[in-house]
Amino acid sequence: MSVITLQLGQCGNQVGEQTFSTLIDDIYSKSTGVTSKENQDYKDSSLETFFTQSENGGRDGLQSLPKARAVLVDMETKAIAQTLQQARKSGKWSYHDKQWYSQKRGSGNNWAYGYCVHGPKSKEDIMNLVRKEGEKCERVGGFLSFLSLAGGTGSGVGAFVTQSLRDEFPHSFIMNQVVWPYSTGEIIVQNYNAILTLSHLYDTADAIVVMENDSLHKICAQLLNIKNISFRDINKVIAHKLTSVLQPSLDDLKYLLFFLIISGYMLERLVPHPQHKLLTVKNIPQMSDIAREFSVYQWPGLMKSLRQMLIADAPMEEGINWEVKPATRTSSGHTCFNKSLSTMLFLRGKDSSTIDASMFSDPNIYTSWMSAELASCVSRQPRMFCDYDKAAALVSNSCAGVKPLNCIMQKAWNMFSSRAYVHQYLKHGLSEEDFLDSFVSLEKVIAGYNNL
Amino acid sequence: MTQSVVIQVGQCGNQIGCRFWDLALREYAHVNKNGVYDESIGSFFRNVDSRHEDPANIPLGHGKGKIKSLKARAVLVDMEEGVVSEMMKGPLGEVFDCKQLLTDVSGSGNNWATGHKMYGSQYRENLSEVVRRAAEFCDCLQCFFVLHSMGGGTGSGIGTFILNLLEDDYPEVYRFVTAVYPSAEDDVITSPYNSVLAMRELTNHADCVLPIENQALVDIVNKITQAIPSTKTGKRVYSHPVVKTESALTAGTSGVVSSSKERPFDKMNNLVANLLLNMTSSARFEGSLNVDLNEITMNLVPFPKMHYLVASQTPLYCMSDVHLPPRRLDQMFSDAFASDHQMLQVNPKRSLYLACALMVRGNVELSDIRRNIDRLKPNLHFVNWNQEGWKTGLCSVAPVGQPYSLLTLANNTCVHNTFSEIRDRFNKLYKRKAHLHHYTQVEGMELADFTDSLESLNSVITEYYSLEQSMGQPVVVEPRLQIAS
Repeated sequence: MSVITLQLGQCGNQVGEQTFSTLIDDIYSKSTGVTSKENQDYKDSSLETFFTQSENGGRDGLQSLPKARAVLVDMETKAIAQTLQQARKSGKWSYHDKQWYSQKRGSGNNWAYGYCVHGPKSKEDIMNLVRKEGEKCERVGGFLSFLSLAGGTGSGVGAFVTQSLRDEFPHSFIMNQVVWPYSTGEIIVQNYNAILTLSHLYDTADAIVVMENDSLHKICAQLLNIKNISFRDINKVIAHKLTSVLQPSLDDLKYLLFFLIISGYMLERLVPHPQHKLLTVKNIPQMSDIAREFSVYQWPGLMKSLRQMLIADAPMEEGINWEVKPATRTSSGHTCFNKSLSTMLFLRGKDSSTIDASMFSDPNIYTSWMSAELASCVSRQPRMFCDYDKAAALVSNSCAGVKPLNCIMQKAWNMFSSRAYVHQYLKHGLSEEDFLDSFVSLEKVIAGYNNL
Repeated sequence: MTQSVVIQVGQCGNQIGCRFWDLALREYAHVNKNGVYDESIGSFFRNVDSRHEDPANIPLGHGKGKIKSLKARAVLVDMEEGVVSEMMKGPLGEVFDCKQLLTDVSGSGNNWATGHKMYGSQYRENLSEVVRRAAEFCDCLQCFFVLHSMGGGTGSGIGTFILNLLEDDYPEVYRFVTAVYPSAEDDVITSPYNSVLAMRELTNHADCVLPIENQALVDIVNKITQAIPSTKTGKRVYSHPVVKTESALTAGTSGVVSSSKERPFDKMNNLVANLLLNMTSSARFEGSLNVDLNEITMNLVPFPKMHYLVASQTPLYCMSDVHLPPRRLDQMFSDAFASDHQMLQVNPKRSLYLACALMVRGNVELSDIRRNIDRLKPNLHFVNWNQEGWKTGLCSVAPVGQPYSLLTLANNTCVHNTFSEIRDRFNKLYKRKAHLHHYTQVEGMELADFTDSLESLNSVITEYYSLEQSMGQPVVVEPRLQIAS
């Protein structure tokens, strides 16, 4: 079973490319910690899921490079050309020829232009590319799309394409990975673009994985010790987080090599209610390559930190607030910790199969209407991940996703109250009601999470 | 990649245009050393085979073909022959397509009505034709740049007439106008009339206007000339006490036009030409944060009529002489907000910012921009619904001879001061009905044009002014939507 990836807009293409690189790096990494047979299984399943390989090899008799099961979309040529070249330069994998779609004119940061103009115009071509990619798979499990919320192409065209995917593949899962812009942004209308995108994705996607540039920036600065942080560094962190979830692992109950993600099983577990679709990924440990060689860490410590990261909603293991406890309540009776709906834990590396993960099935950290057994799920993989001999990742459906959303809503609402910039959207066929609908549907989402 | 067409109208427009093409060629000569006709150079020039009578377009192909002969994507319009024919005879003449120009002999007599109403209707077909020719050579035309002055007759009259034509014929294509406003001591008596009449057209039909004041340009040029090192004691005295060659201000020897023939307005026009180059650089060259031209209006124009952007460029000293030691990078950011660097005589720091774009070229990192935004923001007032109203762009190709440069485009309420001054000058004449008959005797021109234009200007002033009044006032925030549980 395979997953088809869609890379939408400049940001989506950059993140997508980085994710495939990280997947390949992990697949071919030297330190595995398992027998070569087990490692081969791991490699084969991962390659089968995300890449195609021609059977008879390349022209010169050598095995040809794996090709990503991806469709690249941007309304401008520059970013796609760069992405294709990056992949080719890696020498380890590449994209299929002609599996990309671009136009000459970008969407100009205007969501309406992407959604109402570029989207319908390019729909057939993009869907044809998706079908072509689908024909190469024995079975399509679902779709993973990368996009940013701020720009016009990724967000506008992305929302439109997701809708088309849903119409054509009603039973496949669709997971969107969205990048939340810096709060002091590079685009003035990013808050509008973000709420329009999110409200549309909420109707069509099965899950939305949220990554915030601000916290990623912090991870780069504090954990990875990078001085002049570029977008490439940030994308690497995103790719690392995603890969630690996407790579094969074994489920506790069935105990078979089992692709959690591709069967849609992961999303079934994580999204028990259509009103709650915002997922966040926390992982541990994260450090620079140099620091890793000199670091020793033990499972109990990792597990404890990860749990506290969840409860206190900390983006990284440094600077966690250890004061927050699941039972604590403020004087008004509200809970002040990050309450979850469901979580899924991925343990990778040495001894991962024997670790006790019961601290994540504590009913106190979940909302009252979810039973702790259903809410938590553990999956394990003895093979080392990205040269870390122990690594853990936690996907959670929790209030953590709401905080940045609330912030963006406030800013967008302030702007909308004075109707600033709205005419730019009306020009391309959006109406003020569309804005209001988006506000309403997202206020519902926020309220839903706050009531957990 | 998209293309742009530059439409230069009247004496002022054509002179600025002339400097622009000279500097654009110099920039490409510097960046594109192999003489390859690629997408980037294609955004302003087409590649032609000049052996034919009507030079045929050589298609871009894979962007690896050689440059044969370049033709500017320009349309030249003037109602006198002087300036345009001098340009065609000059060293830049070859770069213009003689089928993309339109001239008459008698001029517009500093009368907007003659330009707009009389010549407009007389030449409507021809104007459409020359513009269509330029537009048809583009495979994805994104933007028209219209260059003209506001005070004269041809530039303001026909320039704004063309603006209407463009809106009818190419509604999808953006219309950027670079409008040079007359100074208070302008020698054209009727310039206030012409400016106000033209302003109505700009307000209604342009997507974005970059107002530029002659006096501000004069001041900047003086400032630069004074700053050359020969005037300082203890420094080596240069034999030429003028601005150095190879600088952005003079274009000098590396440009096509030799500096010995420099005309008085050239330095000022170079400033405007550089503005256009810097504004489009991020769309033409690569960078880690590209800004396409359509993003400029999207981010900087919150309300349809409030599309007047104040521009400033730094560092100025580098423009005078590339051999001066580069000033601190942060100084460049500070200067961009100082009133003596603006292309209008205004002080944006005292007024309210609706939005601001920082377009950086050259060797500057994302973190440098973030640091400077954090540093400058406390001293600037932003409108309450756009507290984070920054649009940033990073282009990796620096201007010729400079390590880095910054262009700011600000939508700031300070423009209402400039516009009010023009209105006052207009009213002074209009009260006495002075020179009115010159206008009303032109066919199609009515008194209502005056009253309408005045009203239109008033509403722009009021819109900006009322926003400025909200500065410092307590903000009433509309409560967010509540979800009934």
